[in-house]
Amino acid sequence: MKNYLKPVILVILVFGLLAGGASAEEKLIKMSTTTSTQASGLLDILLPELEKDTGIQVKVLAKGTGAAIRDGVDGNVDVIFVHAKAREEQFVADGYGTKRYAVMHNDFIIIGPKDDPAGIKGMTNAAAALKKIAESGSMFVSRGDDSGTHTKEQALWKESGLELASKTTTIIKTGTEAEITFISPEKMGGKYLSIGQGMGKVMIFADEKQIYTLADRGTYIKYKFGNETPVDLEIMCEGDPRLSNPYGVIPINPEKHPHVNIKLADQFAQWLVSERGQKVIGDYKLLGKQLFYPDAVK
Amino acid sequence: MDYLLDSLYSAILLAVSIDAELLTVVSVSLKVSSSSTILASVIGVPLGVFIAFKTFRGKRLVITVLNTLLALPTVVIGLLVYSFISRRGLLGAFDLLYTQKAIIIGQTILIVPVVATFTIAAISRIDIRYRKTALTLGASWFQAACVVIREARFGIFAAIIAAFGRVISEVGISMMLGGNAKGFTRTITTAMALEYDKGEFTLAIALGIILLSLSFGINLLFHFFQGRTEA
Repeated sequence: MKNYLKPVILVILVFGLLAGGASAEEKLIKMSTTTSTQASGLLDILLPELEKDTGIQVKVLAKGTGAAIRDGVDGNVDVIFVHAKAREEQFVADGYGTKRYAVMHNDFIIIGPKDDPAGIKGMTNAAAALKKIAESGSMFVSRGDDSGTHTKEQALWKESGLELASKTTTIIKTGTEAEITFISPEKMGGKYLSIGQGMGKVMIFADEKQIYTLADRGTYIKYKFGNETPVDLEIMCEGDPRLSNPYGVIPINPEKHPHVNIKLADQFAQWLVSERGQKVIGDYKLLGKQLFYPDAVK
Repeated sequence: MDYLLDSLYSAILLAVSIDAELLTVVSVSLKVSSSSTILASVIGVPLGVFIAFKTFRGKRLVITVLNTLLALPTVVIGLLVYSFISRRGLLGAFDLLYTQKAIIIGQTILIVPVVATFTIAAISRIDIRYRKTALTLGASWFQAACVVIREARFGIFAAIIAAFGRVISEVGISMMLGGNAKGFTRTITTAMALEYDKGEFTLAIALGIILLSLSFGINLLFHFFQGRTEA
């Protein structure tokens, strides 16, 4: 009997300890964010500081902005941290989020191979640069994943004045027909590659094929200067105000999803826009280059 | 759960609208998967027959290794092939990465062990007297092999069907080596992964339903073919 009981007691003890350990870590929230905040290395600096100050631990799910917003709509996470301002405002207006906090910004850049076959190096008009890429018959690789970067790219193509091919797919959503629209420059045909992957993958794709793409500066710096094998791509076009890339954080509305941890999500958002959080963001440098500019505190 | 019903309707809608994009995705999938299945059969069946016929030292070890390779993760194959065909790799000059050829190479590596082990199993089940009789009747080694393959054809067909099923449903290799470029290397499975990433679950499941229907159609064909050879 004794021999039989010993292991049972041991197992119960171990489980008890594990359970106790888990309940001690209750300050845990889930956050869906874009691949760029993670790939740029910002979160690796930001989240430990957050934990030091507030004790909050964040479980990060990095995906495209479209998918991150979807996670918010479905109530899979407590907070989202994304970069597609118009869509974020829509998200709050639809009642899925409580409030959008402007956290920081950086900018998008058009990058391409050193030999610059389209001759766009030094241009400051992003839409004109894209037009030139298309007209010179150069290749362009697109995120094509409904992310913040992809949203920006589609907006720029619209402004380029090029003939656009619009592709609409009809699907059924909650019983009614819904449409998904995708645009791409008509003229480019097979020279426009839409690969539907994260920023890092797209950058590697552009590097492998030596073609142009639109990227956020943070991820570019990381892949250019922070990688063992730096990507062989140069900045071609920057400085267009339309290339601005603002990031916002939105706690999920507990009225839609009562199970979300609004208290911690709010505390997290407040910390991000506090002087302390903003300083961490502003101070984050990769090889001497500032990646993100705080928006809440000047 | 409404997803499932929505997805079923969307799948039907997609299939009947003969969407050009969907057709491309389906044809890329079929082309790549059938190429790698044919290639793997050409390599795997003779390899399996050879191993089953020959008695040599370490035969059991070879079979064990092949069985282990059945568990080879697609990501490992992807990384391995990637390191060879990347622009900085050994075969970088051929510009293979992110092409259909790259996917075919990776998928072939994936399923050669499948075809070979199933073939060994199928051949081993055939009575050895078939071969011996054929040989005593004056058949060459090759002719004797043909007799045994004929007898084991059901098992070998099963091997090829299993291999095809493995590659048409595989996503890791297609994504890593093909790059999911729309119109070029986007397959049904990478398109599903993308729709999931975008949060369009309905479309992802709709594509899954189409993939399963396709597989069903192909298996019906195989079944018909097998039925005919039975006589």
